[in-house]
Amino acid sequence: MEKDPNNILDEVTQGEYKYGFYTDIEMETAPKGLSEDTIRFISAKKNEPEWLLEYRLNAYRKWLGMTEPTWAHLHHSPINYQDIIYYAAPKKKKELASLDEVDPELIETFNKLGISLEEQKRLTGVAVDAVIDSVSVKTTFSETLEKQGIIFCSFSEAVQKVPELVKQYLGTVVPPDDNYFAALNSAVFSDGSFCYIPKGVRCPIELSTYFRINAANTGQFERTLIIGDEGSYVSYMEGCTAPMRDENQLHAAIVEIIALKDAEVKYSTVQNWYPGNKLGEGGIYNFVTKRGICKGNNSKISWTQVETGSAITWKYPSVVLMGDHSVGEFYSVAVTNNYQQADTGSKMIHLGKNTKSTIISKGISAGYSNNSYRGLVKMTKRAENARNFSQCDSLLLGDKCGAHTFPYIKTENKTSIVEHEATTSKISDDQLFYCNQRGISTESAIGLIVNGYAREVLKQLPMEFAVEAQKLLSISLEGSVG
Amino acid sequence: MLSIKNLRVSIEGKEILKGINLEVRPGEVHAIMGPNGTGKSTLAAVIAGRDIFEVEEGEIVFNGKNLLEMPVEDRASEGIFLSFQYPVEIPGVSITNFMRTAVNEQRKYHGLDPMPANEFLAKMEEKKRMLDIHAKLANRSVNEGFSGGEKKKNEIFQLAMLEPTLAILDETDSGLDIDALKVVANGVNKLRRPDNAFLVITHYQRLLEYIVPDIVHVLFDGRIVRSGGKELAMELEEKGYEWIRSEA
Repeated sequence: MEKDPNNILDEVTQGEYKYGFYTDIEMETAPKGLSEDTIRFISAKKNEPEWLLEYRLNAYRKWLGMTEPTWAHLHHSPINYQDIIYYAAPKKKKELASLDEVDPELIETFNKLGISLEEQKRLTGVAVDAVIDSVSVKTTFSETLEKQGIIFCSFSEAVQKVPELVKQYLGTVVPPDDNYFAALNSAVFSDGSFCYIPKGVRCPIELSTYFRINAANTGQFERTLIIGDEGSYVSYMEGCTAPMRDENQLHAAIVEIIALKDAEVKYSTVQNWYPGNKLGEGGIYNFVTKRGICKGNNSKISWTQVETGSAITWKYPSVVLMGDHSVGEFYSVAVTNNYQQADTGSKMIHLGKNTKSTIISKGISAGYSNNSYRGLVKMTKRAENARNFSQCDSLLLGDKCGAHTFPYIKTENKTSIVEHEATTSKISDDQLFYCNQRGISTESAIGLIVNGYAREVLKQLPMEFAVEAQKLLSISLEGSVG
Repeated sequence: MLSIKNLRVSIEGKEILKGINLEVRPGEVHAIMGPNGTGKSTLAAVIAGRDIFEVEEGEIVFNGKNLLEMPVEDRASEGIFLSFQYPVEIPGVSITNFMRTAVNEQRKYHGLDPMPANEFLAKMEEKKRMLDIHAKLANRSVNEGFSGGEKKKNEIFQLAMLEPTLAILDETDSGLDIDALKVVANGVNKLRRPDNAFLVITHYQRLLEYIVPDIVHVLFDGRIVRSGGKELAMELEEKGYEWIRSEA
C-alpha cells in the first residue's frame, strides 16, 4: 500500500525476454566482413544469375560511397561492418519432402515458440514459410496455392523459378541507393519471401512467415517482394522472435510491395527481436526499409505493425500512392521498455488524384526507453483532392522514458486535406486504483490498459495474430510470464 | 464483518479523519451522511486502500483480517467493493473484458480456476437482466463516453458481477436524475442478502428513500457525531446540516 508507484511500474516493466534460447545447428558461414568477394560468395552459394550478382555489386559500390544516417532520434555505438558475418545457412542434408525430414532441433525451436509448423498447418490453415537465419527451411501449402497460380516461396527459390518476375520488380519500390541500409541489404541480402498473386485472384488463406535470427554474430538481411497483380487480394503476415544474445546484431531488411490496378495487399507484422537485457546490453539493431507502391488505380496497401522488440528500431513502412483513388494505411503499435529505442512511423506520398491515406500510431514507452514517431505526408501537385488523416498517440509508463513526435507535412496543391492529431498520456493512478479495487493486480491492469489503448491497431490484425500480439504486449510490459 | 476503531487519517499533513469508530454486521445497511468536505469519501477510499492517505492511528478489521496491511486488490478479493463517485474511463477495454479479468483475478486469489467463458457470459446476461441494463453496455469501453447515470449503473452492474460481502457506495446518487436513481437503488435492493452489507455514503436523504438504511451516521469534521435509525436521516433533511454544526 505504501509502495512508490514508480517502483511498482519498475517491477512490472522489467520483464525478462521470454524467447531467450538458442538452437545448436551446424552452420555454413561466409567469412567475417564485407567485400566484393563476400558478395560473390553469397551469390554463388545461391546459384544466382549474372544480373542478380551485378545488382548486388552495383548496390555494394553505391553503399561504399554512402554514410550512415544520423537524423533519427537514436543513439548507439558505431557498427563495425567488417565484424559481421553476412551469410549463414543451416547445412542442407538433402531435399526435404515432408516435415519429418526437417531437423528435429528446428522443430523443437518452433515448438518453444508455440508456432510448430505441424500445428500451424493443421489447425490454422496458414501457409508458413519459416525462415531460420537465411535459408528457408520449409514452405508449406505451396501446392494449394499453386493451383490458383499464387507463388509463395523463399526469395532464393523465386530467383530460380520465376527469375523474370523477380527481375521485373526487384528494386522498383526501394532502389538499391534509396538509403544506406537499403544499399547494404541490396548488396548482401541472403533470403526472404516472395509472393505473387495473379490477376483477379483472391488469396484464400493468410500467408505467413516467421523469421528468426539464430546464429551468433550473423547479420540478418531479409528481402521480401510482394506483387499483387490487377484485381488481386492478399493478406500477408510476418512475425519474428530471436534468441538471447550478448552482442548486438544488425538487421537490415527490405520489404517491397507492388499493388497493381484494383489490387489490395494487407501486410501485418509482429516484431519481437531480442531487445537487449534490462541494462540495455545486447539486442538487435533493426534498420528496415518497408515500402509499397499503389501503382494502379483503386489499389490499396495496408501496413499493420506491432513492434515490441529490438534494441533499436528504425523503420518507416510507407506507401507511394501513384494510382488515382488508391489507398494507403499504416497502423502501428510500438512498445519500448528498459533501454530500447524506437524511431518509427510512416510516409504517405500522394501522387494520384483522390488518393487517401490513414496513419494511426500508438507509441508506448516504459523504463528508460525512447519512442519516437516520425512521419511524412506529402501531397504533390497532381494529387488533387487527396486526403490524409494522421493520429499519433503516446502513452508513458513511469517518468524516465521519452516519447517524441516528428510529423512532416508537405502540400503542393490546394485541394488536398491533411489532418493531424496527437496526444500524450500516462496511465493514471486513478485508473490503476480503479482496476486494483476490482481485484485486478497492477501488473494485469497495465496489460489491460495498454491493450485497450492499442485496440484500434490490434483489431486490424488477422484474428490469430491479434491474440498473439495482445499476449506479447502484456509480456513486454509485465514480466510475469505464466 | 467490518470493525473500524479509532481511525485517524491525514493527507499531506492535514488530518481528515479524527478517530472514526464503526461496526458493520452482515445483513446491515449503514448510511453515512454529512456536509461536503467532512471526510465521507476519504473514509470510503481508506477502507478500499487508496494510498494517497496516511493512516496515523487505528485499525480496520474485515472478517477477522487486518485490512490496513493488505494491498488494494487483495482487499477487493476479500470482498470489499467500492462504487466510485467518479468512475474513471479506461479507453479500449470493453466492460466484458474488464469484468472477466476482475472475476478471474479474484478467483485466482481464492485458488480457483478461471470461470469458463460460457458460464461467465451467462452470468453477465443474468445480471444485466436483473438490473435492467441495456445489452450494449457490455461491449462499450469501461465508462468511456458514458453519461453520469450510465457510469453509476455500470458501477452497480460490476457490484452485481463481483458479489462482494461489503459494498461501499460513494455518493452514488450524485448527478443522477430520479429515474436513474431508481434503477440504481432497485439494483442495490435486489443485491441485499443476509450475508452481505452496504455502506451508503450520501449527502442527501433522497437516496435513502429508496435504499432504506438500518443505521444512519452523521459524519462531521472527521468524526461521527451522531448515529441513529433511519429517522435520523429525516431529521437531518428537515433541520439541515446547520443543526449538526451548531450542536458540534
